[in-house]
Order: sequence, then structure tokens, then C-alpha cells
Amino acid sequence: MFNNFFHKMASPKYFYRIAGSLIPWLAGACLLFTLAGLYYGLYLAPPDYQQGESYRIMFIHVPAAWMSMFVYVVMAGAGAIGLVWRIKLAEIMVISSAPIGASFTFLALVSGSLWGKPMWGAWWVWDARLTAELILLFLYLGIIALHGAIEDRRTAARAVAILTLVGVINIPIIHFSVEWWNTLHQGPTVTRFDKPAIHISMLIPLLLMAVAFKLYYAFVVLMRARCELLERESNAGWVRELVESK
Amino acid sequence: MKCDSLTRAFTLLIRRDLILAMRHRAEMANPLLFFILVTSLFPLGIGANPNLLQAVGPGIIWVAALLAALLSLDSVFRSDFEDGTLEQYLLSSHPVSVLVLAKVLAHWLITGLPLLLVSPLLGVLLDLPAAGIKVLFVTLLLGTPVLSLIGSVCVALTVGLRKGGMILSLLVLPLYVPLLIFASSAVDTAAAGLPVTAHLSLIAALLVLALSLSPFATAAALRVSLS
Repeated sequence: MFNNFFHKMASPKYFYRIAGSLIPWLAGACLLFTLAGLYYGLYLAPPDYQQGESYRIMFIHVPAAWMSMFVYVVMAGAGAIGLVWRIKLAEIMVISSAPIGASFTFLALVSGSLWGKPMWGAWWVWDARLTAELILLFLYLGIIALHGAIEDRRTAARAVAILTLVGVINIPIIHFSVEWWNTLHQGPTVTRFDKPAIHISMLIPLLLMAVAFKLYYAFVVLMRARCELLERESNAGWVRELVESK
Repeated sequence: MKCDSLTRAFTLLIRRDLILAMRHRAEMANPLLFFILVTSLFPLGIGANPNLLQAVGPGIIWVAALLAALLSLDSVFRSDFEDGTLEQYLLSSHPVSVLVLAKVLAHWLITGLPLLLVSPLLGVLLDLPAAGIKVLFVTLLLGTPVLSLIGSVCVALTVGLRKGGMILSLLVLPLYVPLLIFASSAVDTAAAGLPVTAHLSLIAALLVLALSLSPFATAAALRVSLS
């Protein structure tokens, strides 16, 4: 039964339908969480005793930085599945995720530099995490460029999957190498094993925003995947039926 | 029996590539000349102050080495791709990853090794202290094979493309970052008179990792590119 479910989900026709019915729910939930997170973060949370009001950029910056990593890991997972089992949908997921991941990375860099100007007195410093994030952006751009350069869509998807897997081995190495090279950024405050070093009134909006960003990714990637699916399968019977029925 | 024929294929492939390279000596010299030229342009650009050169020297030499490797990468599979030999490798009964390793090893012998041999000279040009030059040599010895190995994966992905060159640099250079950081800081540390065993161990670890994983990735990438 379980197996059957996956077979069904992996068939483009079912995926297209189920994704279509999921998107409004995910988008609605995303809107709800964003509003709640922004309200909590911008009005209810107290100003920081050191950084004043400008720390509130964190509610965008930190979830964006988390998502930039998360999306890459999802891409690597989907890429591995696509390469091993030749599942078309997994390949589509990889390439649909890449621009979203790149934009999250870009958002994290921009919001970080907006925060850095009042805090560190510079738009850009060669700090370890900033540098790692910048290299991550280059990796995303490389993936997008490679996909754009190969004409055949299946070949492009598999090439991109291999590149993503090579990148995912490199990301921890890049991360540690730059961390060890130079560090100015504040250490992790949420993912420590003992009590988080962040006050609960700031943690709640942060987590709300993190969920909102996840939901945003989920519904946008489904929209992109549906579009990609239609373009690829434009000759398939079910697409023709879909178009004719409308 | 089978193992023997594999070893034979491996050595034959290296020999063939070396002979081909010897017949095109000018092409072989290009990356090396590029390496020397780029390095000697820097003092002209930033001024010949010995202190300044000492401070930026390791970084300059390593960045020049990365660019020279990038420049030479396109030739790893290009001619084999164009005359169809690459397809014969994929069709042969030997594991593609081993054949790929032979190609990469030959590529390193042709482009990495000359670079390595000329590097002490560039170290002298940039006023590096003797300890720094020694470590520079060791980092290049351990690092240039990594450049060829990682580069081979990316070049295998772009070999079928008409405009592969620009994309290749976008794919390869981010992956070279850790090596650049470890290697140039090793030379800096050595020039300051501090122990560098940790740095060298890290570069050696990168080499082992690249050596054990990248041939499989390259083989998979070639299969995709030629499908």
C-alpha cells in the first residue's frame, strides 16, 4: 500500500492534481504565519538592550539563511533519488528548487549587510558565515547556469543532480574552512544544546517566521514544479486532456 | 587476468595521453606560461614593496595556480569527446572510473607537475622566505592533484556544451575555495615561522577525499553528458 502511494505520487498526472489542491492551503498558511510572525516580531517583541530596533532584521535574515541551506539539502536529496531511481519528479524538484534557494541566499546576504552597516559599521566584511553564504550563492548560480546551458531537459536535470551532490559534499568543507579562516559573526544562538541564548519573546517570532519561510518554499516549489511538468509533458495525453477540458 | 588487463589499460591510457601531449608541446606550455605571467603581473600592479609582496605572495601564487588549472581543464576530455574516443571508454569492459583516474593522472603530469616545479622560482620572485617556499612546494604537491580531480567532474559535466568555458569557471571555482584557503594560509603560517602540520594534513585529507570520490562522480557525469 505504501509502495503504491509512492508510485501514484511519482506519476506526473497525480502529482499535478494533488499539488494543485495543496497550493492554496500552503499559501494561506504561509500568509497566516507571516502576518503573525511580523506582528509579533515588529510590535510585541521588545527592543534589544544592545542593538536597539535594528536587530529586528533578524526575523527575515535568520530564516532566509536557514532556508538557503535547507533548500540545498532538499535539492541534494531529490537529486540522489532522481539519479538512483530515475524518478522524473525528483529531477523536476531539483531544478524547481534552485532559483528559490538562490533567492533565499541572496535575501540572507542583503538583509545581513543591511544589518551589518549599523552594527559593524560596514556593508560587507569578510566574515566566515558571510563568505560561506556568498559561495553558496555561487554554487546555486552554477547549478542554474548549467541547467540553462544543456538543451535536453532530462540530460540537464541529471547533470544538475550530479553537480548538486558534488556541492553537498563540499558545503561542510567550505563552511569549516572559512569559519576557521576568519570569524566575526556571532555564534549560533538557537541551535545550542543547552538553553537557547535568545529570549523567548524573540524566539517565538523567529520560529513563526521560519515556519512561514518553509511554507513559502513549499508552495512556490510546487507551483514551479507543476509548470515545469506541463512544459516537459506537453505531448502527454493527460496534458492534452487538461487543456481541452478547460 | 582481468585485473592485469585493467592495469594495462590504465598504463596504456596514461602513456597515450603523455605521447599526445609531447607531440603538442606548445599547448602543454600554455598553462605554465600563464601561471608565470599572471604571477609576475602582480608586482607590476601593486608595487614592488618587498613587505607587501611577502604578505600577498602565497595568495597570488595559489590564485594563479587555480586559474592556470582552470585554463587547462578544458583539454582533459575535449579532443577525446570530439573524435569519439570518449564513447569507446564508456563502452569498454573496464570500469569507467579507473579510466577517468588515468586521464586525470595524465592531466596532472602534463599541467600540474610543471607548475609545481616552477613554483619555487616564483616564490623567490615574490620575496617569500625559504621556509615559505618549501611549504608552498608541498602545498602545491598535495593541492594540484585536487585541482585536476575536482576539475574533472565539472569538465565532464560541460564537455558536450558549445559554450562550456564560462560555465566551467562558475562551477569549478567555488569548489576550489577550501583548498585555496588551507594552502595559502599554510604558506603564510610557515613564513611566520609557525608549525604547519595541521594545514598540510587538511590538504592531504582533501586530496584523499577527492581521489576516492571524484572518479565516480566524473564517470557518472560523462555518462550523462554522452547520453
